[in-house]
Amino acid sequence: MTYAPTRWRFRQPSVIPGFGPALGFTIAYLSLIVLIPLSGIALRAAALGWSGFWALATDERTLKALEISFGASLIAAIVNVVFGTLVAWVLVRYRFPGRRLIDAAVDLPFALPTAVAGIALAAIYAPNGWVGSLLAPLGIKVAFTPLGIIVALIFVGLPFVVRTVQPVMEEIDRDVEEAAATLGATRLQTVRRVILPGLMPAILTGFALSFARAVGEYGSVIFIAGNIPYVSEIAPLLIVIRLEEFNYAGATAIAAIMLVISFFMLFAINLVQTWSRRRYGYGA
Amino acid sequence: MVLEATHHMSVADDLSAGRAEKIKPRDGKRPNPVSESFGAKVALTGLALAFLALVLLLPLLAVFVEAFRKGPAEFFLSLNDPDTFSAIRLTLTVAAIAVPLNLVFGVVAAWAIAKFEFKGKAFLTTLIDLPFSVSPVISGLVYVLLFGAGSALGPWLKSYGIEILFALPGIVLATMFVTFPFVARELIPLMQEQGTSEEEAALSLGASGWQTFWYVTLPNIKWGLLYGVLLCNARAMGEFGAVSVVSGHIRGLTNTMPLHVEILYNEYNFVAAFAVATLLAGLALVTLVLKSILEYRYGDEIAASAKH
Repeated sequence: MTYAPTRWRFRQPSVIPGFGPALGFTIAYLSLIVLIPLSGIALRAAALGWSGFWALATDERTLKALEISFGASLIAAIVNVVFGTLVAWVLVRYRFPGRRLIDAAVDLPFALPTAVAGIALAAIYAPNGWVGSLLAPLGIKVAFTPLGIIVALIFVGLPFVVRTVQPVMEEIDRDVEEAAATLGATRLQTVRRVILPGLMPAILTGFALSFARAVGEYGSVIFIAGNIPYVSEIAPLLIVIRLEEFNYAGATAIAAIMLVISFFMLFAINLVQTWSRRRYGYGA
Repeated sequence: MVLEATHHMSVADDLSAGRAEKIKPRDGKRPNPVSESFGAKVALTGLALAFLALVLLLPLLAVFVEAFRKGPAEFFLSLNDPDTFSAIRLTLTVAAIAVPLNLVFGVVAAWAIAKFEFKGKAFLTTLIDLPFSVSPVISGLVYVLLFGAGSALGPWLKSYGIEILFALPGIVLATMFVTFPFVARELIPLMQEQGTSEEEAALSLGASGWQTFWYVTLPNIKWGLLYGVLLCNARAMGEFGAVSVVSGHIRGLTNTMPLHVEILYNEYNFVAAFAVATLLAGLALVTLVLKSILEYRYGDEIAASAKH
């Protein structure tokens, strides 16, 4: 038999058994749990018709909730980029007692249930709480204002930046820094013009991951936000409110907008990663 | 506080450090050209630690302080409540169903994706990661739309006496959706890294497919698998948004622990809310400790790239 390299084949030949059943099971399970339920949103949104969908999507309260969600997430992600990169730098470059413990603690927001984080943050930033009572004389209110939403989203998003930037930072070749130093660069110049550009793809990916997580976050926010319509009501909460009113169409419209935006974000993250792999040889 | 730069065994580093010591032993005044000054290090470390203390440590501390605000007696009294017990039981039940199912899926999916080359593999991997980029509330909403009053499926199942929404099956489904990718995304990079040569050797020596999996593949991936299950379980027990949408919040019946925390908190029963929260925080701490042990001891056998 002659081998025809140009023939299209679905998979490369292999002696390992079980491809058919394994792939079949994977696709069936994925479809049942994730794909079919998710496509329900698209179907329901399509059933509304364009004008119906547009009317629900441009509802003033919906627009305001989306604005609050995306605005607070943006600010929280920017704060996380600055402090997350700093934390990663300190963990990678410096040695101090308890470093390993602190490194492990960065993952706390991944492990701590969001409802627990939510009530704890509300207690701390309430006017009589540990931090809230310090800020109250200055006239700063955090709990039950949009500021509280940002605080909760910083908590939730921090590990995404640290855990994306940290491994790339560990891989940085110290020779480049030495070369910069021998060429007369000050340390600040080296950090700003040699180290940071190499970290940029990882920082951008961390930003996008932290932002995407923040936009969808619900549990940690609702306790501290105060949930005042048009002021501190986030989009996921509005979905829950619409569901409780049995307004399924309204809930679907908000969900569809959020899904489209988060898929766009996912696409952007993939682009950044492909681009950085090509340019720097290491992914984020 | 003792601070020193982490030198990555660079020859130039050792040379310059050695030379500096020969001229002026231990004066510390000569700046290291590839590190920050001592003052800058202390300032940066201090700033980072202060930020972490404010953002991470304070909330964790607050959970325990608030729970014991009225003393240990009140803490245990508030935990001793039939609704709390049923919430704990429901959370354990949901995790006991959702985690093993996602474990099986993760192993099978990783087998198909990592051990074979086929068209559309990258796309399939992206689809598996999909639940991570969906808001938990939307993860719950999809099942409300699928099984709710307005759907075709819900009323039909109901006519046979099968309740999905506001009952155990709905909670399990929402939890499965949210924790879907954990095991698979842990195993896929690990098994891809390990390649197929060991399996091929076993098969050529006459082992059956199952024997190859049990005696060759499984021992290679066991720590990575445990790592994935650990993260999957933590999320399954702690999930709030998705479960909140499908549960219906029926006290003593469809309340998981996180939902019970919310109900107690909204009733201004703060000691009880934080007391249940300490149990969940304890779960998170145990998860973190086990995770660190796994990373520390078996770091090579857990795909580092799968950290998230």
